[in-house]
Amino acid sequence: MIQNKRYLIAKRISEELEEGQIVNLGIGIPTLVTEYLGGRKIYLQSENGLLGMGPSPIEEKIDIDLISAGKEPVSILKGSSFFSSADSFGLIRGGHVDVAILGVLQVDINGEIANWAVPNQPILGVGGAMDLLIGAKKVIVAATLFNKHGESKLVKNLTYNTSGIRRVDLLVSEYAVFKFTENGVKVVEILEDITIEALSEKVGFELTYLKDKVLER
Amino acid sequence: MKKVIEKEELRDLVKSGDKLLVGGFGLSGTPLTILDELLETDIKNLTIVSNNLGDDGQGLHKLFMQGKIKKAIGSFFTTNKEAVIAWQNGELEIELIPQGTLAEALRAGGAGIGGFYTKTAVGTELAKGKEEREIDGERYIFEKAIKGDVSLVRAKKADKLGNLIYHTTARNFNPMIATAGKIVIAEVDEIVDVGELDPEYIVTPHAYVDYIIESKYVKKGGTYVDSK
Repeated sequence: MIQNKRYLIAKRISEELEEGQIVNLGIGIPTLVTEYLGGRKIYLQSENGLLGMGPSPIEEKIDIDLISAGKEPVSILKGSSFFSSADSFGLIRGGHVDVAILGVLQVDINGEIANWAVPNQPILGVGGAMDLLIGAKKVIVAATLFNKHGESKLVKNLTYNTSGIRRVDLLVSEYAVFKFTENGVKVVEILEDITIEALSEKVGFELTYLKDKVLER
Repeated sequence: MKKVIEKEELRDLVKSGDKLLVGGFGLSGTPLTILDELLETDIKNLTIVSNNLGDDGQGLHKLFMQGKIKKAIGSFFTTNKEAVIAWQNGELEIELIPQGTLAEALRAGGAGIGGFYTKTAVGTELAKGKEEREIDGERYIFEKAIKGDVSLVRAKKADKLGNLIYHTTARNFNPMIATAGKIVIAEVDEIVDVGELDPEYIVTPHAYVDYIIESKYVKKGGTYVDSK
């Protein structure tokens, strides 16, 4: 069993990915998903102009021109390609990226997210977050369910600045996987040894299952 | 016209108050030699359009620390800590644009397009004051194209005509920036004779490029080192 919550979330997200997909990974927990891709052919897109991103190279092989969107040195895999930022965001906005996995500060019960600005802090960075949100065919958000003050990141209404009107498909947390449907948030799967009632109490509102029966892990 | 120049000749090409378009993502693809040379001038009040303001104390960061930058337009300044403080003290103007919108605005600027509609940032703080319209049932906002006085780009190789090829993810914003400035200056690792670059691999045709200088930086041990 994985002890670290962040890795647990990353592993669960990896199960959502399918062979052959083009996937963009945000900074933070999403980056950890690479550890769980196994032998599957998943093509990682990096918004600074790369499709076919590989793992961090060994020190001697580092080329500091060749970096991820998180500005970390990376390698390239067979079949990769380089392109400009304009082409890269054309790929993203134009709906050619299958899945974007994004870190998130808050998600509301309808799947609207806040992931770029913290209240009472200078709003000076947005990067590609808003483009990925509106452009990817499917958006999965990754987050530990509670912030350092113990407040739920799954909320009835966002109190942080919204990242856009497009609603995400899935929230994967260490406690549960949530799907956003026309009827609001639904629990797909519980990952911890906790009842849905107890989880509802922690989150602060009543949660219901997507189906009658929860999948046991 | 002879395009290959010495870095000292750059000093006459950039003026106080200019809007500079600067390529690079972090330090990857940043024209470090050109930016260093601007430190030797007394130009000031620059408006910079670039994804961020340098990194690790290099690139645009040095210009900023010398007080040459009045305004920065880009997508990510959170990691430029001194810039954040300057902004809080009212010493630096910042205009934040989503990264994809920034790239497209520069492309439009160089391609004779006045602006474009995008779904990015609809309904957010960054859409405030921007025209919104519905196209095929979806909400879009209008974003104006960006043009500049001088474009500073970094490429791997140039031929003496000014055709450019790039290196890996150091390409990033450079091809668009090379189209959107009145004067375009390219810093390159290597200058070769005309005919030596394979036309199939040229990304920026020479029509866009006015001046070429050779970079004094080399890559060594995971960083860029001044070789001179």
